[in-house]
Amino acid sequence: MPKVTFIEHNGTAHTVEAANGDSLMRAAVDNNVPGIDGDCGGECACATCHVYVEAAWWDKVGGRTETEETMLSFAAATKDNSRLCCQITMSDALDGIVVHTPDGQH
Amino acid sequence: MSSVVVIGAGHAAIQLAASLRQGRFEGPITLIADAAGLPYQRPPLSKAYLAGHMDEPALALRPASFYAAQSVGLVENDPAVAIDRTGRSVITALGARHGYDHLVLATGAANRALPVPGAELPGVVGLRSLAEARALKAILGGLRRVVVIGAGFIGLEFAAVAAERGIAVTVIEAAPRPLMRGVSVDMSAHLAGAHRGWGTRLLTETGVRAITGSGRAEGVELSTGEIVPADLVLVAIGVVPNVQIAEQADLAVGNGIVVDAMLATDDPMISAIGDCAAFPMAGQPGPIRLESVQNASDQARCLADRLLGKPAAYAKLPWFWSDQGALKLQIAGLSGGHDRTVLRGDPASGAFSVFCYRDDRLLAVESLNRAPDHMAARRFLAAGASVTPAQAADPMFDLRTVN
Ligand SMILES: Cc1cc2nc3c(=O)[nH]c(=O)nc-3n(C[C@H](O)[C@H](O)[C@H](O)COP(=O)(O)OP(=O)(O)OC[C@H]3O[C@@H](n4cnc5c(N)ncnc54)[C@H](O)[C@@H]3O)c2cc1C
Ligand code: FES
Repeated sequence: MPKVTFIEHNGTAHTVEAANGDSLMRAAVDNNVPGIDGDCGGECACATCHVYVEAAWWDKVGGRTETEETMLSFAAATKDNSRLCCQITMSDALDGIVVHTPDGQH
Repeated sequence: MSSVVVIGAGHAAIQLAASLRQGRFEGPITLIADAAGLPYQRPPLSKAYLAGHMDEPALALRPASFYAAQSVGLVENDPAVAIDRTGRSVITALGARHGYDHLVLATGAANRALPVPGAELPGVVGLRSLAEARALKAILGGLRRVVVIGAGFIGLEFAAVAAERGIAVTVIEAAPRPLMRGVSVDMSAHLAGAHRGWGTRLLTETGVRAITGSGRAEGVELSTGEIVPADLVLVAIGVVPNVQIAEQADLAVGNGIVVDAMLATDDPMISAIGDCAAFPMAGQPGPIRLESVQNASDQARCLADRLLGKPAAYAKLPWFWSDQGALKLQIAGLSGGHDRTVLRGDPASGAFSVFCYRDDRLLAVESLNRAPDHMAARRFLAAGASVTPAQAADPMFDLRTVN
């Protein structure tokens, strides 16, 4: 299974496996990675799965959807590399991806 | 090392276990469940799952691997039947004894029973558990006529799914309008119109005298004398909190298990969270009880913080959602007691928000297919900020600038 690494705001790294087709949010919640709440269950309706995608992976994850763009405008501390990770679907192409979680999701 | 035992394994219990482990709690955690199988999400039961857009494995709150990896004990199919407060242990139906340093009651709620003749007939069902939803889903395709008793969120969500399947739906409500307790007159009227537009017959100020049928439900006799034929009757007239076990243990119980601002019961070693807990909230006249995923999750996070040595009073902004057909309703705040509403957007467009005020103080914002309004409202209501009625009604006013 492809792997994904979440790096917490305090620097702690969590590398977990994610099934192809699952979202990064799902992988984080299933493995109890701190810093990702995913309150809406992945409906792109809560903006509590905000991450910063590492530069090397930015082009591979694809673009933001329109709904995601709107939702992100309500998240705190967004940057150019912000994404809602319930909208990033795991695939072999993303094996090894690294994302950072923000200081808080609320 | 201290140990935590939780009675119940629903939204609140699972979030508590997850948050405790995220906070590096190292003691044993045991969840006592009355059902078998992986703990699951309830909201999709009356929405995506029932409509066939989500399968059963996707309902699990966490995969099986979570419990092993996080070292969370799950006792399945063995309900807790008593609490021994002096011995600090919980006794289950099978006679097992689970000792605790801290006990958490996360027992949720149960469907309110319909007190009329015929309510026990086969074909009269409720919708709270996965078992009930699974049974309902299995027969949905063969139904021609259903009667839903109660125009609350679950009744209306089911009605929307059934109507979409081409089933003739009648919804019976005793109150003057649907969702009387949950939403404003404006939102209620819009939703009533939408359901009627989908072909549903919605009767308000109508009571139920009996469920008729020999051997199984065949119809519903109304207070008007009319008998509405039905292949199936869904009873959705609200829930009652599961307080029995707390009551037997001599803990304070009202409309729920009574807790203080820290979510502790009158025994400091026992807390209660989620649907079963009656808690104080600023601005409310007495203890309140909420039935929402937000409330269950946020109370679980708050209690986890206290057990991890970071106590704080519970004070999260309530929010809620309900999907009915293509309509996505989202509510931020509690609208109870509002005396004025202001519309943002045009209901005729199908996307609008209702701002609910009391004495010019904003209490809540109800949004239909307008997630950005909801997100903005959650942010500024949580921050204690407000918008004036004039700002709310002004489409050019950017809600994101309020803080
Ligand atoms: C069909 C449906 C749709 C819903 N839709 C929404 C929605 O759209 N949005 C929203 O915010 N909320 C929704 N809700 C409400 C939401 O699911 C609840 O608020 C939430 O589940 C509360 O979590 P909880 O952990 O407090 O209780 P529950 O999830 O009910 O879990 C409590 C568990 O404890 C068990 N239990 C009780 N007593 C014992 C005992 N003695 N021993 C062992 N176990 C025991 C119960 O059987 C239950 O499984 C919906 C609910 C239903 C039923
Ligand atoms: S989980 Fe809610 S927006 Fe991603």
